Amino acid sequence: MKRTGKLALGVLTAAAIAVGGVAAEKAAAADEEIFIPLTVYRTGPYAPNGIPIANGWRDYLKLLNARDGGINGVKIAYEECETRYDTKLGVECYEKLKNKGAKGAVVFNPLSTGISYQLIPKARVDEIPLHTMGYGRTAAADGSVFKWTFNFPATYWSQAAAFIRHIGNVEGGLENLDGKHIGLIYHNSPYGKEPIPTLETLSEQHGYELTTYPVDHPGQEQSATWLQIRRDRPDWLIMWGWGVMNQVAIKEAINIRYPMDHFIGVWWAGSEQDVEPAGAAAKGYKAGNFNGVGTDFAVLDDIVEHVYGGDMEAAKEEGLGTVLYNRGVANMLYDTEAIRTAMGKYGDKALSGKEVRWGLENLELTEARLEELGATGLVLPTRISCANHEGEGQIFVQQWDGEQWSKVTDWLEPFHDVVRPKVEAAAKTYAEENGLPVRDCSQEG
Amino acid sequence: MLYREAGQFKTTYGADQAIFPIPQDRWVVYAVIALAFVAVPSVANEYWLQAILIPALVFTLAAIGLNLLTGYCGQLSLGTGGFMACGAYATYKLSTAFPEMNILIVFLLSGIPAAAVGCLFGIPSLRIKGFYLAVATLAAQFFLVWLFNRVEWFYNYNPSGTITAPPRTMGGFMVTGPEATAEARYLVALGFVALFALLAKNLMRGRVGRAWMAIRDMDIAAEIIGIRPLTTKLAAFAVSSYVCGVAGALYFAIYLGSVETAAFDISVSFLVLFMVIIGGLGSILGSILGAFFITVVPILLTNVPEALGLPIGVALAKQLENIVFGAMIVFFLIVEPHGLARLWQIAKEKLRRWPFPY
Amino acid sequence: MDALYHVLISPFVDMATQPVFFAEVVIGGLMAGVMYALVALGFAVIFKASGVVNFAQGAMVLFAALTLVGFMEHGLPSWAAIPMTIVVMIALAYAIERVILRHLVNQPHIVLFMTTIGLAFVFEGLGELIWGSNVKALDIGIPDQPFFVGGMLLNQFEIFAAVTAAILVTLLVIFLQKTAIGRALRAVADDHQAAQSVGIPLQTIWVVVWSVAGFIALVAGVMWGAQSGVQFSLSLIAFKALPVLILGGFNSIPGAIVGGLIIGVGEKVAEIYWGPIIGGAIENWFAYVLAMVFLMFRPQGLFGEKIIERV
Repeated sequence: MKRTGKLALGVLTAAAIAVGGVAAEKAAAADEEIFIPLTVYRTGPYAPNGIPIANGWRDYLKLLNARDGGINGVKIAYEECETRYDTKLGVECYEKLKNKGAKGAVVFNPLSTGISYQLIPKARVDEIPLHTMGYGRTAAADGSVFKWTFNFPATYWSQAAAFIRHIGNVEGGLENLDGKHIGLIYHNSPYGKEPIPTLETLSEQHGYELTTYPVDHPGQEQSATWLQIRRDRPDWLIMWGWGVMNQVAIKEAINIRYPMDHFIGVWWAGSEQDVEPAGAAAKGYKAGNFNGVGTDFAVLDDIVEHVYGGDMEAAKEEGLGTVLYNRGVANMLYDTEAIRTAMGKYGDKALSGKEVRWGLENLELTEARLEELGATGLVLPTRISCANHEGEGQIFVQQWDGEQWSKVTDWLEPFHDVVRPKVEAAAKTYAEENGLPVRDCSQEG
Repeated sequence: MLYREAGQFKTTYGADQAIFPIPQDRWVVYAVIALAFVAVPSVANEYWLQAILIPALVFTLAAIGLNLLTGYCGQLSLGTGGFMACGAYATYKLSTAFPEMNILIVFLLSGIPAAAVGCLFGIPSLRIKGFYLAVATLAAQFFLVWLFNRVEWFYNYNPSGTITAPPRTMGGFMVTGPEATAEARYLVALGFVALFALLAKNLMRGRVGRAWMAIRDMDIAAEIIGIRPLTTKLAAFAVSSYVCGVAGALYFAIYLGSVETAAFDISVSFLVLFMVIIGGLGSILGSILGAFFITVVPILLTNVPEALGLPIGVALAKQLENIVFGAMIVFFLIVEPHGLARLWQIAKEKLRRWPFPY
Repeated sequence: MDALYHVLISPFVDMATQPVFFAEVVIGGLMAGVMYALVALGFAVIFKASGVVNFAQGAMVLFAALTLVGFMEHGLPSWAAIPMTIVVMIALAYAIERVILRHLVNQPHIVLFMTTIGLAFVFEGLGELIWGSNVKALDIGIPDQPFFVGGMLLNQFEIFAAVTAAILVTLLVIFLQKTAIGRALRAVADDHQAAQSVGIPLQTIWVVVWSVAGFIALVAGVMWGAQSGVQFSLSLIAFKALPVLILGGFNSIPGAIVGGLIIGVGEKVAEIYWGPIIGGAIENWFAYVLAMVFLMFRPQGLFGEKIIERV
């Protein structure tokens, strides 16, 4: 016992020394490099979703460095930090990475709802822009209040509206929605409740009946919910799910023989990982998406060539061509193009977060530019402005054919007239509650 | 040699009853407090304050709260996350409803609803004991998190369903909200920890603490010698939940700044329980050591591969970290089942004779 | 008045007017209960033999399922992969006894509990390290076609799960009550030291118990994994087993089953008939409240041994 006690003390002492060691250690970064922090989750309960996105991020940055020598000749430095989708670890990652590189981190992609909420007030003070692509706070679409947060290319509210448009299209017109019954099965958290106000407003306008079915976290056992759905038999079912909830819900829907082509998942419930446990039986299941699927993009060919040395198999191992991998690529494509835009104004050198924020706000991706990037169809041409941090807000619906996802609709126009006023109202409340100034966007250059 | 108490005579009862009767202890404590209040904020950078020290302090407070209940009164609780959520949402409601109220008072008041709720869920402890009692506190945990998510009044009907700490000052310094410096927030957290550690220590040395410990050691025997189980147990639940509630308020307003209910889920309850057990049940020092161990060690382990310059991916590093961390917990418990506080005592024993062998 | 009507009367009206649906809810609850019980059994076996609430049971479920799927992905057929996984779990049980439990004989229960938490970290890290973090489809040929009986929708999978649970419980009860090792095991549960002093090999008993728990973890992992795919979240199902355990009594095998069924039916009925009135998603906390109500009358759990306290 005595000896082990000594041993334990020794371990403690060693740990204390390690503390000092880490404190002394400073990251050395080259002067003329742009630093992009990558907060990823490659482990933990949500890793199945996190891994392909992280791979897409990494590979696109690798591609730019290998093929073009960075952005306009400025090399990109990047560093991954593991968050496990945990807000506490996200805080740690943010603090660790925000000052790295020549002029600090230029843009953060928190990649988690919790971390986004936590960083939105902070990043403003630290002058680092946030790009919460398809998650986070919907109200951030109003750039006059949320100067430092961007959530293009679409928000949850736009997505909910686009789903209603899709349902209308399938039913043969929005007027046929009258008297229809739409169910929403959602993760019982602020994230899951996002679409409810939009769906409620649209239900008043178009006369469908909305029933909501909350599922408590984590959602491994949903039989009660699906019994209710079987009893109510809604004509359409929308799902706002996350993590294990998705796979279980899809299985349950198959079990109760719900018509899968009337079952639409949010874009976080529409990846290969979500349908794979059910496999071919999930055929017909639909989901929203805002980035192209499949390998049929020139930019992905370039990744295979420059990053994987032409080894397609190895690239597919890492997820190339899957929904979430492509989303990672699209995400970094947006961010690096914003950096390029900023360089147009500030010069081809390492930029600060403040300068890149200007780039994000003045980002304009034209059809021609996308063609040059080899990303036609991967993302939609987009234009960001001071007032509008969401962009077009258009999404499409994809369908699982038993083996892969394919795009089945055109890009869908959300009901901007319904969504936008809600965004502005929410942003205004936020500004009042936190004593934030509201920018006058007509004055911004 | 360094730690000899021979020759130190106490001439008054007061001196004998001091918290730290031995001067060496007192000096160490004063030095640590001075270091924590003065040296640390002037030396540490934002990463250290925000990512390591502030969460460690906030969890220390929560661990002190839980230790009062579990360590001193022997009532197992897995509802810490829920009680912390009570404090956090109370802070949000109070500070938005009364913007001019001093934020310190808000923090102190925020513990009260938590204490009330703690009392309520403590009632079954009169009948249910041991691990079975976990059911009542688990019910509190799941119910409270569900409630704060469900009832929109708690988050002022805002559409995002999250609560954000409004900017508030104290003596001219910003202490909450994004503009508050890490140093200011650190000092507030440290102040609360120091205050509550002192209060808890004194509470436990007095009549109340002795009654709680009697209940812990054998409640039937305690009842026979005239301790009322009802009031004693409920008081323990109330005080413990109060401290946890204040910890939750700090967790929300000082540490994270913006939270949703997921931040208070069951894993937080377990985390705080780990801290209490690893640190040492029934020891204030143990709460502090345990909280620092559980918050700081994983972060250090994460940084080890990088510090050594090992080229391994973040995923692999995290998995190894989990394995090593788990192994460390097991190792420490095998070496010293009574927690880190006990290790410290052993160290003191050694220091007494150092540098001479027996 | 209106609110009272909704809480006290209309749910029962619903039950009476739609008896087929009500029956379906009850059956759904029973089936869910069986699934919870499968996880709870693992806890109960270890508690019975060592008085430890094994926090790592959830992580063991994850690890066992990951190992099975991992072997199958490497091309092993399921009839070979299953015994291989069992061997791995037995090896782990042996290692746990050797490295950890042996050193913690006669320590307070809370310390053993904490040790299993450390163990859970190790299992989770190890599982991800070896087998990766992706969702893996698990298909070992369990039938899962839905079919109708008198207007009620049932699933072959649920029947299969119920039969598996029944077999498992029968085997466990026989093992614990009728074999020499089972009797020894109960002696160990009563008092480590006393058992040792009458010559019961504590070490062997623990290896056996943890192996059995590992096997139950595998069964639970297969059943739950078939629903959601094998993924990290499997380790969270331990939380679903907690109210079941508490209700049934930590050390009772039949308690785990009966507790599971009560919790399953209780929470489903509450969720469907009372949930919508107060906003839904109440089953998680309702399970605990239900368990608490039962405990108020039987503080040692339904089947737990009566607690006798002496000064």
